[in-house]
Amino acid sequence: MYRSHVLVCGGTGCTSSNSPAIIEALEKEIADRGLQEEIKVVRTGCFGLCALGPIMIVYPEGCFYSQVKVSDVPEIVEEHLLKGRIVKRLLYDETVTMDDVKSLQETDFYKKQHRVALRNCGVIDPENIEEYIAFDGYMALAKCLKEYTPQQVIQIVSDSGLRGRGGGGFPTGKKWSFTAANEADQKYVVCNADEGDPGAFMDRSVLEGDPHCIIEAMAICGYATGASEGYVYVRAEYPIAVKRLQIAIKQAREYGLLGKNIFDSGFDFDLHVRLGAGAFVCGEETALMTSIEGNRGEPRPRPPYPAVKGLFGKPTTENNVETFANIPQIILNGADWFASMGTERSKGTKVFALGGKIRNTGLVEIPMGTTLREIIEEIGGGIPNGKKFKAAQTGGPSGGCIPASLMDTPIDYDNLTAIGCMMGSGGLIVMDEDNCMVDIAKFFLNFTVDESCGKCTPCRVGTKRLLEMLDKITAGKATMEDLDKLEDLCNYIKANSLCGLGQTAPNPVLATLKFFREEYVAHIQDRHCPAGVCKALTVYSIDADKCRGCTACARKCPADAISGKVKEVHTIDTDKCIKCGVCMETCKFGAVTKR
Amino acid sequence: MKTIEELMAIRDNAKKKMTVREDTGDDCTRVIVGMATCGIAAGARPVLNAFVDEIAKRGLHHVTVSQTGCIGMCQYEPIVEVMEPGKEKITYVKMTPEKAVKVVNEHLVNGNPIVDFTVGAATK
Repeated sequence: MYRSHVLVCGGTGCTSSNSPAIIEALEKEIADRGLQEEIKVVRTGCFGLCALGPIMIVYPEGCFYSQVKVSDVPEIVEEHLLKGRIVKRLLYDETVTMDDVKSLQETDFYKKQHRVALRNCGVIDPENIEEYIAFDGYMALAKCLKEYTPQQVIQIVSDSGLRGRGGGGFPTGKKWSFTAANEADQKYVVCNADEGDPGAFMDRSVLEGDPHCIIEAMAICGYATGASEGYVYVRAEYPIAVKRLQIAIKQAREYGLLGKNIFDSGFDFDLHVRLGAGAFVCGEETALMTSIEGNRGEPRPRPPYPAVKGLFGKPTTENNVETFANIPQIILNGADWFASMGTERSKGTKVFALGGKIRNTGLVEIPMGTTLREIIEEIGGGIPNGKKFKAAQTGGPSGGCIPASLMDTPIDYDNLTAIGCMMGSGGLIVMDEDNCMVDIAKFFLNFTVDESCGKCTPCRVGTKRLLEMLDKITAGKATMEDLDKLEDLCNYIKANSLCGLGQTAPNPVLATLKFFREEYVAHIQDRHCPAGVCKALTVYSIDADKCRGCTACARKCPADAISGKVKEVHTIDTDKCIKCGVCMETCKFGAVTKR
Repeated sequence: MKTIEELMAIRDNAKKKMTVREDTGDDCTRVIVGMATCGIAAGARPVLNAFVDEIAKRGLHHVTVSQTGCIGMCQYEPIVEVMEPGKEKITYVKMTPEKAVKVVNEHLVNGNPIVDFTVGAATK
């Protein structure tokens, strides 16, 4: 029996900030002191508070150590694990009160969250099936096979109001019933884990922190729809997720939870993992299936829909990772429990990956209907460096932005669509006053131009032309006429592209045009970038009244663009200036200005 | 895996190994073992482990075992404090693994503090 468990985050975020070395040091220090029989080290999935990684939690006290370094490990072992003295300097500030250590759940970051899809992330060892089972794992599958008919399972999922978490928001129960209704000798279940939106990492974290819940949910889906085989299509860029998923599948087979005659019910189900080669378009359901079949990942026209003719031409149900992650809890707790969370037409919770200009970068799960203000100001801890919130980008390259004026909009599928945005898979990138909205639109267009598969012309050529127009605007060479053309082209691409990639590619442009048109106009008419981001439009100059002639800027300038003698006013040669901003950072008198 | 019972057996067994990670609210009993240099020198480690093992064996989910630093009465180490919600703290002194087992059974299970082992009895 272990008297203490030390949980160390082994998610991708903390792994990149050295958590494997911490675990190694921890195990060595523990062994050196002969504590290996008393203290257990557990590598978990993501805790969510990635900004503070690497993260360590020590039980039974529940101490939350943040930004732990390898050099801190001996002290933690000696002081805390051996002598029971909590290492206060490493505790997350918010958990330290006058003389007590607060539970993590009471901190602002976790307090408002409600974890359904992420319930086991950071709680269990994802490579140990028994820890999953300890939290009622596979109980939902057992319940379905023993107590419910496939129709009843679909009914429960329908009644819960669960909608696809990959972005589209299609009712999951309905999707399952379509596949169930089609007769075929073979049907498939596919899990879409090809999470490609820049800044989104919800699905990765679920796979890394709780892979068994996806296996269980896919088996339930297989039972409900009459499928005996499943595929998980996961990005090759997620090596930790792939490894843990493979370990989990192996364990599930050993326990007889995958394979033939599961729970003696006559139901067979097995899973395969397919790695995506990193094409964004493969996140689109038909392209994904084409890729699993071994062909080049290109979308197919719909209809026929996958429920009729999907993978290998057979009826197929495809859901995203987060959608599946909700299923076992819905079965165990009932449809009413799930439907009690969220808003009228968007039930349950949604996971968001918070990124950009925000203090608590990381993963949050909140009930649908929470406002953007609550997410950013309360859970996210606000904008760092005293800057002002400008907008939040949701839905990645397919989504739009929510401006500060709409911060109190309750976030759900329908409200976001109504303001010209979309839920997307859950990437939430926060921008402050230093972000140029035209530049943001350009960033996402750059991405879609790269990722367009090239099959249809509106997307292949259209997005390229869109990007060129944006380049023209940010270079200060556009006219107001171009702005109208830009809008026309956006609508054309939306209406005529073959798949979701092209149909949504203009969204970042349209949304920024809708809410920040004046920034576009400033770029065109005044040749000025209000945020000072677009280099071609930025001009650095020296204020003659403030300059003391200290020569500091001239010495730092990498382009020799600044001239002037000691104790005389300096000037910047705008032809030579490369707009790096070093002079502005160097000047102690605030004499360098940017416009 | 053939039956729900099989799965439940694995679950209950696995759960037992993870009780240490449960979120302990205010209504749990805390057993605190003095683990400063003085405590360790006097043999606090075996005492600590005896508590952990016996509590696990008895399946006492409402009890957590943790350590603390020097309480200040080094001559009485190993010292163990038992704090039950709403009750006065009991301090046991000069503990051994055998005494620890008795404390778990008499005090934590049956609710009768063992007066003979307490600091009050030792300082009389």
